[in-house]
Amino acid sequence: MSNEFYRLTVNGKEHDVRDAWTGESLMYVLRERLGLPGTKGACEQGECGSCTVLMDGEAICSCLVMAATAIDAQIVTVEGLTSDPTHTAPTDVQQAFIDAGGVQCGFCTPGFVVAVHHLLDRNPQPTELEIKEAVSGNICRCTGYGRIFAAIELARDQRNTQPKQPGH
Amino acid sequence: MAQTTTTTSKRAERGTLGNSAVRPDGLAKVQGRFAFSSDAWADNMLWGATLRSPHPHARIISIDASAALAINGVATVITAADVPGQLTYGLIANDQPVFAKDVVRFAGEPIAAVAADHPETARRALDAIVVVYEVLPALLDAEQAINGSFAPIHPDGNVIRRQKVVRGDQDFVGEVVVEGTYEVGMQDQAFLGLEAALALPDDDGAGVELYVATQWLHEDQKQIAACLGLPLERVRLTLGGVGGAFGGREDISLQVHCCLLALATQRPIKMQYGREESFFGHIHRHPASMVMRHHADRDGTLRRVEVRAVFDGGAYASTSSAVLINAVTHMQGPYRCDIATVDGYAVRSNNPPCGAMRGFGVVQACFGHESQMDKLAAACGLSPVDIRLKNAMRTGDRLITGQIVDSVAPVERCIRETAAISMPPPLAQDADLLDIPGGSGLTAQRSNIRRGVGWGVSIKNLMYSEGFDDYATARCHLTDGVATLQFATAEVGQGFVVLAQQIARSVLGVDTVLLEPISTAIGSAGSTSASRQTWMSGGAVDGACRLVRERLFEHVAAAHQLDPLRLAIDGTDVVDTRGSLRVAVAEAAPGLVLDETFEHHHRATEELDEDGQGNCHVAFAFVAHRAVVDVDPDLGLVKVVQIATAQDVGRVLNPLAALGQVEGGIAQGLGLAVMEEIVLKDGVMRNPSFTDYLLPTSLDAPIVVATMIEEPEPQAPLGAKGIGEPPCISVTPAIVAAIRDATGKALTRVPVRAQDIVFGD
Repeated sequence: MSNEFYRLTVNGKEHDVRDAWTGESLMYVLRERLGLPGTKGACEQGECGSCTVLMDGEAICSCLVMAATAIDAQIVTVEGLTSDPTHTAPTDVQQAFIDAGGVQCGFCTPGFVVAVHHLLDRNPQPTELEIKEAVSGNICRCTGYGRIFAAIELARDQRNTQPKQPGH
Repeated sequence: MAQTTTTTSKRAERGTLGNSAVRPDGLAKVQGRFAFSSDAWADNMLWGATLRSPHPHARIISIDASAALAINGVATVITAADVPGQLTYGLIANDQPVFAKDVVRFAGEPIAAVAADHPETARRALDAIVVVYEVLPALLDAEQAINGSFAPIHPDGNVIRRQKVVRGDQDFVGEVVVEGTYEVGMQDQAFLGLEAALALPDDDGAGVELYVATQWLHEDQKQIAACLGLPLERVRLTLGGVGGAFGGREDISLQVHCCLLALATQRPIKMQYGREESFFGHIHRHPASMVMRHHADRDGTLRRVEVRAVFDGGAYASTSSAVLINAVTHMQGPYRCDIATVDGYAVRSNNPPCGAMRGFGVVQACFGHESQMDKLAAACGLSPVDIRLKNAMRTGDRLITGQIVDSVAPVERCIRETAAISMPPPLAQDADLLDIPGGSGLTAQRSNIRRGVGWGVSIKNLMYSEGFDDYATARCHLTDGVATLQFATAEVGQGFVVLAQQIARSVLGVDTVLLEPISTAIGSAGSTSASRQTWMSGGAVDGACRLVRERLFEHVAAAHQLDPLRLAIDGTDVVDTRGSLRVAVAEAAPGLVLDETFEHHHRATEELDEDGQGNCHVAFAFVAHRAVVDVDPDLGLVKVVQIATAQDVGRVLNPLAALGQVEGGIAQGLGLAVMEEIVLKDGVMRNPSFTDYLLPTSLDAPIVVATMIEEPEPQAPLGAKGIGEPPCISVTPAIVAAIRDATGKALTRVPVRAQDIVFGD
């Protein structure tokens, strides 16, 4: 649609975005142009948090950011949270979501996982209310949140007893 | 709270039945690698998009797509004129057009579809299509559909179904009579994973392969093939990853459009709704109004229910007729009642179509009957708990349809075990703003907050009703200790994939259970709805595994000159129960390939007669809910503090998954109680977005304390009842009753709005 060309840094890797329409959201470019479909879209309005990614360390809704404005930023998606060089082992948060039953349909899960990494990296000992507030921008329609809270508490408690976890 | 214990026993590690086995799709889902249907992608693919009517009722004068076709990147525009087969589809009645032809009947009805090289090009093409409408008066009032004052808006007429339930002495008048009128708003399923599909045309142009998020592949296949004018075998469906369903994927949405575009362009087509279009593109929970009169003896014994119920089905029938019979046959609730006078209508209107949503007609009925039970309790001087215990249904009691409830019916136990759950502590004097009604934004006065407690109890039928044989098929393959399962059961998030593995591990003594893609390559599994897959597809997987085990035992027995009936599975071994033989399943029959397919059918049911009498349901499950709420009566703000529940589940097959169903259902019932409603103005949705259609967030989630009542159901293949729907049914009236308790307001409609609390009677 145009000959725009720009470069994004995603999960520590530089990606060229070619022939893209400049109105494309970061979410669209990640999913449809860079082969990173782990970031999900469910509302296009920043209400549901499914598209949460880290942009320069801040959790943002990638549906609300134009990709072309993210050229100088460090972007981390759900695919890039792991410190495992082979990108196969789950992070502590990802493993906690599995172990605690925080995953049903799984559509909200990547956004939650990114948001929880963001939370625990800033605040390693969040209280119950701090946890609820931190993920209040992420909607889950399946779980009623109970097992998600349990997963976050599990990840928190494990970090505090075993400080060196993958992904931390 | 129902605890999820981490156990290190060998059984738990093996993930057999009864353990919280780990979902096979869990790792991919947390890492973002799980392929949802919206992630499907193909070389050379085009994007499809749908043009929809802005009017609830209009005649289509003309459609001019020439300007759209002239846009670079637009491959095709199709309308009703391009549908080669049947022009309409539908789950029960074939009454919904693929594209509106001469007339549109709801705002949001599809008119045309385009295929283009980029979603933005497709959007521009939609804008460029010129449709000239003659706007017609819209039928928006269900009563006008019933009384015949509005000309039929569809050849099938304005009443989709009327069903009475008439039983017992129709002149009976109770010593105590209470009346009420109740309304339920239109709720949306609001699954997170938006409708999406990828259609791949066959090389010869006479067939198509569709990857789609749906609840019932074979029903979709049937409806799509009819509209495409193709034989069934030329329309092959594979389940794309499904991001929740809750009833909203039972009906066709974009399936036919996507296939038509693929066949028209001979290129892969991806279609994906945005959130707004999702609100237009799928059916919703029926709004309903119910006028009820309950008769009881002075001591509170329920004697007669009288109900007139009107369900607005919107423009097309969908499952309205089945939703209606669920509602009218459940009007007594989980209580003994000999006399009934129920008159129910499902009507057509120019409102958006309504159909299946978790609870399927019983949600509406339950809000009514539970509100009435509280009125009866007050009139008889009983507590909400005592009136429910007094009338609690037991196995062997009859429904108002005359059907004997022969399911396990632990209603009294559900109530007593719910009542035994500790109440939450009082709101702390220094409670955080996030813990009080309204949260940190709409700050309620701590001193102004009142606490209330309310109850709800419900009965829900399981599986399909009225003579429908919704069987399920599964296939099991075993070789050298590795089992492979195949089924067409839609995994929508509920976790059937892990349950299937648990069944195979338990029956066959294997550790490795592989799953074939979920597709139409095998027979139907029926729909993932009606709380039926654990029972039906679970029964099919269990049956197929048992057939394979029989063959394995025959083989092992022959090799060791034993009677196969002496053999059993112990852990991962085949053992002779009366001798010394013990051999690992993996080594019991080297190289032997066993492969069996099994269909599970539930017992036959009957249609209802004119008086609503007949054995129309298969089985029933029960649940009790107690809600504790904090309310600021001046601001109309509500915080649901705690939900206590005891649910009749038959048997817990996976504790973590079961608890997840209970907590998730409760959140949806909370949504209907206090926030979720599609608001219509003149037939047009005013809030088709997550900004304006409010869903419960983490800050709205109550503390859930759940007890699972395990009384294995003899009819059920695994002893387990379906558990998906009951959690969301009686929690809604329980929350409303708690708000009434806190405020003294009548609150006869859900969702309860701030103005109902502040200004209501």
